[in-house]
Amino acid sequence: MSAQPKPRVGLFVTCLVDAIRPQIGFAALELLEKAGCEVEVPQVQTCCGQPALNSGNDRNAALLARQTIAAFEGYDYVVLPSGSCAATMVHGYPELLADDPDWTGRARAMAAKTHEITSFLHDVLGYVPQGVRLEASATYHDSCSGLRDLGVAEQPRALLSHVEGLNMRGLPGNDVCCGFGGTFCVKYPDISNAIVTEKAEAIEGTGADILLAGDLGCLMNMAGKLHRRGARTRCFHTIEVLAGRAGGPAIGEEAS
Amino acid sequence: MTARFKDRVAAALADPVLKLAIDRTTGNAERKRAAAVADFPQFGAARARGQAIKDHVIAHLDHYLEMFERNATARGTQVHWAADDAEARAIVTNICLAANARRVTRSKSMLGEEIGLPHALADAGIERVETDLAEHIIQLAGEHPSHIIWPAMHRTREQVAELFKTAHQPPPAAEDPATMVQSARRVLREKFLSADVGISGANFLIADTGATCTVTNEGNAELTTTPPRIHIVTAGIEKLVPSTAHAFALLRLLVRSATGGEMTQYTTFHAGPRRTGDADGPEEMHIVLVDNGRTKMLANEFRDMLRCIRCGACMNHCVVYRQIGGHAYGGTYPGPMGSVLTPVLDGLAISRDLPNACTMNGRCAEVCPVGIPLPTLLRAWRRRSWREGLEPAPVRAGIGLWAQFARRPRLYRLATRLGLRVLRLFGRSGWISRLPLARGWTDYRDMPRPAAKSFMDQYRAEQRARK
Repeated sequence: MSAQPKPRVGLFVTCLVDAIRPQIGFAALELLEKAGCEVEVPQVQTCCGQPALNSGNDRNAALLARQTIAAFEGYDYVVLPSGSCAATMVHGYPELLADDPDWTGRARAMAAKTHEITSFLHDVLGYVPQGVRLEASATYHDSCSGLRDLGVAEQPRALLSHVEGLNMRGLPGNDVCCGFGGTFCVKYPDISNAIVTEKAEAIEGTGADILLAGDLGCLMNMAGKLHRRGARTRCFHTIEVLAGRAGGPAIGEEAS
Repeated sequence: MTARFKDRVAAALADPVLKLAIDRTTGNAERKRAAAVADFPQFGAARARGQAIKDHVIAHLDHYLEMFERNATARGTQVHWAADDAEARAIVTNICLAANARRVTRSKSMLGEEIGLPHALADAGIERVETDLAEHIIQLAGEHPSHIIWPAMHRTREQVAELFKTAHQPPPAAEDPATMVQSARRVLREKFLSADVGISGANFLIADTGATCTVTNEGNAELTTTPPRIHIVTAGIEKLVPSTAHAFALLRLLVRSATGGEMTQYTTFHAGPRRTGDADGPEEMHIVLVDNGRTKMLANEFRDMLRCIRCGACMNHCVVYRQIGGHAYGGTYPGPMGSVLTPVLDGLAISRDLPNACTMNGRCAEVCPVGIPLPTLLRAWRRRSWREGLEPAPVRAGIGLWAQFARRPRLYRLATRLGLRVLRLFGRSGWISRLPLARGWTDYRDMPRPAAKSFMDQYRAEQRARK
């Protein structure tokens, strides 16, 4: 065996995963290590700054961008279990810091090595899940930022195709926004509700046991709506299934 | 959100017939556009070319405006310049009054709506007859357009049948679309032929010929612009293209993106008044070139918006528009493009909700036939709104406080630990169904109960255990 050094990956777990569903972070760790990476979780990470960026508060967004770049730029890769947080680093940071000569180069350099996790596993590492089994039917929602800003579409589907026993069902309107939109869902709750209601109807219509997506924000929105409607659909992040962790509690379920 | 926007949204969401009407029209539009794009493998290349044409014209707007004026004047057209909506209204009504016009026919023009022409004509005591079928419907209903391509898309055909029953004399014999169209045709035909002035917009202003181009599927523009003594065109200065060939390059994008057709039924070029020997045509032709904020956009971060060719694809594919419809936006132009333009036209102070009421999902930019980065432009308005202090105090305070913590990782961990402990008190069996400070969330959906310990705390404990 050649002694090729393992790629060093800085894992940014995202603020939502940190607080709401840590097991997505552990699934990420496990998958990246299985795929041959040396993974570190820098302790200075908090939030990527998206709430400030999308609220027009560029000053705070830029402060968080600098803080995050300083903590992560030393790694070979920066990987996140979220398309929208990854898109913030890939597109948002270079834009935010475009007029700052000390930081614009650093922002671009980090953007070039930042990846959403399923695309990183599939496109960069060529990872193929092995020995993962889940007897269930599932449907997949394409979260908007990952899909349109980063081109995350085929990668999660390709990875999921290796999960034995998993029967994937198409979701009508799979590329239509779920109505989360970050702060949008609490700033304009009535509109957000109307959108997620249609999404929940579409998900229920597939009859799938499980809903999968790649962003916890969108998942919380859809899972919360499905639960309020009394639907039995269980919701997981894609990588929880890939890491063989979908046997445990789904979003909103607690181990008894 | 401002009370007025909130009220309009609430009214729209409470109206199931509106939702039915929106779903029918936008659903159809989405399917037809997708089919048209799939049937046109060069769409990507055409889009790049369309974008390049518009960018070129925008970069040399002064040059092409002068060329257009020169060539239009040479054809006997009178060219007028209007810096804003008030000037544009005054120019049009003065032409009508000078001609002793009693009746004006108008073919659909969003620019006319933008400058407030319907009201101005009424104030001047001039009868206005809308000749586009959908505009005819909303004129009868006393409304304004809710979509830039289908102005009456908020009304179902069943509602239109009811409207025609009382507004058309005699009422249509049946409620099928063909009979209703016949009825509108009969009512409008007599007015077409007795109008003194016809007013149209323009889809393109062609610099090297001085002609204007209108596209319709009903033929009403031709009947509006040909029989009357005077034809007035009102158009925004961004409608310029260098030549007829460029207009056709953009038409390929416009029609597919708007209706999913390959070509409109009618594509008409108007180049000056009637010449000796012409069988018909107006005695006078006027063109009013309207700025109304457009030159300001040339120099600011909204310049890309000047590429817009008004196809409506962004609103057809917008999750927010598809829930609230066009009227809730409260401006002339609804949907994503309207949320960029309305703050330019009406000011950000009264329209700050529009750029905010967007999930940033990017579908609008994906379907835009001239590659306008709509979410980026909406974010630019949010930036201005924040800078100008227009964002509500609770939002500013909330984001400010959150940032104070997010910028201090140790403090952030502490706050997360505390926050999780408090949040978990509200939950039972995995879900929180009512959370006082997050009613916007829990009024409509449950919230997963957060973890007992954050990822960071669990991870650190694991790391320590390993050592």
